[in-house]
Amino acid sequence: MKIRAQIPMVLNLDKCIGCHTCSITCKNVWTNREGVEYAWFNNVESKPGIGYPKDWENQERWNGGWRRRPNGRIEPKLGSKWRILSKIFANPSLPEIDDFYEPYTFDYEWLHKAPELKAQPTARPRSLLTGEHLKKIEWSGNWEDMLGGEFAKRSEDYNFAGVEKEIYGEFEKTFLMYLPRLCEHCLNPTCLAACPSGAIYKRDEDGIVLIDQEKCRGWRMCVSACPYKKIYYNWASGKSEKCIFCYPRIETGQPTVCSETCVGRIRYLGVVLYDADRVEEAASVEDPKDLYPAQLSLFLDPHDPEVQAQARLDGIPEAWIQAAMRSPVYKMAVEWKIAFPLHPEYRTLPMVWYVPPLSPIQSAAEAGKISEKDGMPDVRSLRIPLKYLANLLTAGDEAPIAQGLERMLAMRAYMRGKRVHGVEDESIAERVGLTGATIDEMYRIMALAAYEDRYVIPTTHREFEEDAYVLRGAGGFGFREVTEGRTPSLFGGKKAQPGKPVKREAM
Amino acid sequence: MNEFIHYLLFGWYPYLAVTVMVIGSILRFDTNQYSWRSQSSQFLRRKQMMIGSNMFHLGILVLLGGHFVGLLTPIELFDYFGVQHQWKQVLALVAGGIAGVVAFIGCTLLLHRRLFDPRIRRSSATLDIVVLVLIWLQILLGLSTTYWTLQHIDGREMVNFMAWANGLLTLQPGSSDYILQTHIVYKLHIVLGLTLFLLTPFTRLVHVFSAPIWYLFRPGYQIVRTRRGKGAPARAPQPFGGAPAYTPGPATDRAFTEEVQ
Repeated sequence: MKIRAQIPMVLNLDKCIGCHTCSITCKNVWTNREGVEYAWFNNVESKPGIGYPKDWENQERWNGGWRRRPNGRIEPKLGSKWRILSKIFANPSLPEIDDFYEPYTFDYEWLHKAPELKAQPTARPRSLLTGEHLKKIEWSGNWEDMLGGEFAKRSEDYNFAGVEKEIYGEFEKTFLMYLPRLCEHCLNPTCLAACPSGAIYKRDEDGIVLIDQEKCRGWRMCVSACPYKKIYYNWASGKSEKCIFCYPRIETGQPTVCSETCVGRIRYLGVVLYDADRVEEAASVEDPKDLYPAQLSLFLDPHDPEVQAQARLDGIPEAWIQAAMRSPVYKMAVEWKIAFPLHPEYRTLPMVWYVPPLSPIQSAAEAGKISEKDGMPDVRSLRIPLKYLANLLTAGDEAPIAQGLERMLAMRAYMRGKRVHGVEDESIAERVGLTGATIDEMYRIMALAAYEDRYVIPTTHREFEEDAYVLRGAGGFGFREVTEGRTPSLFGGKKAQPGKPVKREAM
Repeated sequence: MNEFIHYLLFGWYPYLAVTVMVIGSILRFDTNQYSWRSQSSQFLRRKQMMIGSNMFHLGILVLLGGHFVGLLTPIELFDYFGVQHQWKQVLALVAGGIAGVVAFIGCTLLLHRRLFDPRIRRSSATLDIVVLVLIWLQILLGLSTTYWTLQHIDGREMVNFMAWANGLLTLQPGSSDYILQTHIVYKLHIVLGLTLFLLTPFTRLVHVFSAPIWYLFRPGYQIVRTRRGKGAPARAPQPFGGAPAYTPGPATDRAFTEEVQ
């Protein structure tokens, strides 16, 4: 067993109001530059819909993620290494910028400068790629906002597999949910595996997946390899970029910008310890429906003294072990089992998990006919089809989603009893395999969602992780930080070479 | 005067071009790796790219390889193995001709989209366009030499080129004399080729040196970077506030280590 720590995220979709504050703040901090105008490290999709980029979930088309070979080993769906290299001149699985959208601005200046005209001056759209006027804006980062567009197009949604989708086109039967998406910082990332330059790496100390901008050569295999389409090719710099999980903030114990600014308080960050030796095994299980339980089995109980001892041996700081015990992510994913990975069938073992949304009872108009199970509404009568959520979060397995939703309904019923009627009805908790005390804690973390309960982020112990002595005199930023106060160059001084494995003796 | 220019172009210029290419590339890699990339435009426009890029790259790789092997291999080696000059000439003509046509079609497609697709035109640096035009001309020149090569299919001109290239490689003074009498088209082809060498460090052409062949030999798929040493420390549990020990040794060795899994 080799224990590593990661700071995953959980998003409580039940509380997402689709305000896009996360996307906007992220954009303003990280991607308001030439070359990535079209890129949203964080975006919020209205579901059902084909999403951003168009049809991203359809891996028959984009060949993202992994496939399991008949011999039980997994390889990138793009193909084995030589196959990936053979596509280097032109990659048939690469999306075009139009699959995201052509970035544009408007001629705002004309509104100020226009002379007296017969008609009101208008700000016409202008492409940021060509600088020319666009006749019509055909698509954008959030074109399907609030179920925009006709159902026929939106129903191409991959998650409708196995669902009689026609009825959801009817006004009375339609449903809507929001899906905020960012890089999943997977345990088994395909982008990393498919990078011929070896420029993408996962950080040992917090699991954040990054692209070494010095080492990236722009072969763009990562763009198609990532099944979530969360790697963006910067057409100006010729390098790929991705969500960096706001690592400068995480390192100092602050939540990511998208989490910090979330007005719905839906995001949670906390430490999870996992068994790094079993990652490949978990990603290789035969039945896609087993991928969710397999990934769950990687997460280790931070309260277990044996796990703690091993974690210390593997160099995990004490503060991180303490944080893992208070981690809201661990509680929601492992203890209460109400959070689920997004599309586990891609076999990347994603680390941004989602609490499925409750929805109004479908036949509310026919009140009284609501199907009830043990005094609570049946989750199968919720407006959002269970199968749809299962396709999104558990590779189609409805049972875990049903349990998660039942537990959330139970939380409401239990708390209503407690707060309104003054009755603590333990039987409600027992029915869904919980206790009243657990529900109290669920309520505290999920409903009240105080800042310090949502974000339990230990600071990176740089003083243990690296030798601060050698960093003295360094700029503190940039690519060549280890300078010992000198400016290293070809003409004197040894230079840090990004990405070159370095041999050294143990401390 | 003509001879002097000939001497400059075929005696000195090759050394200048190769020196600038090597030193320039090293300097650029050392000081500005962020600028070191292929700068693919496939993401902006897929059209013409699948056919164009594949044909161009495959063709040009065969041509590059053929030129290197054909020109820089010592003549004696061919004689030793009993390869007749005539047969080598025919092989070069056929293989080079096919690869040349393939590369030319590909390059034409790529040049067309670079010049006439507004997205790609606008996102191109001047040198991106210059270098592509030069490569297109170079392939065109190379293909047109076949007409004159057919005039001396016995390979005697080819032997002169080999002697010239071999002479340059082994630092023989006066090796430019071998190609003094050769046709102007060959000379233009050589000068333009050397100019492409010269331009390489200043353009996207540097991506040639980064062909990620070694990806095939990467053990496993995943890469994890740690700031700690390899096979990391059984780090002694440190009390909070404890001072980290100073590890002697060069600073760069302590930057980070990479584990491939």
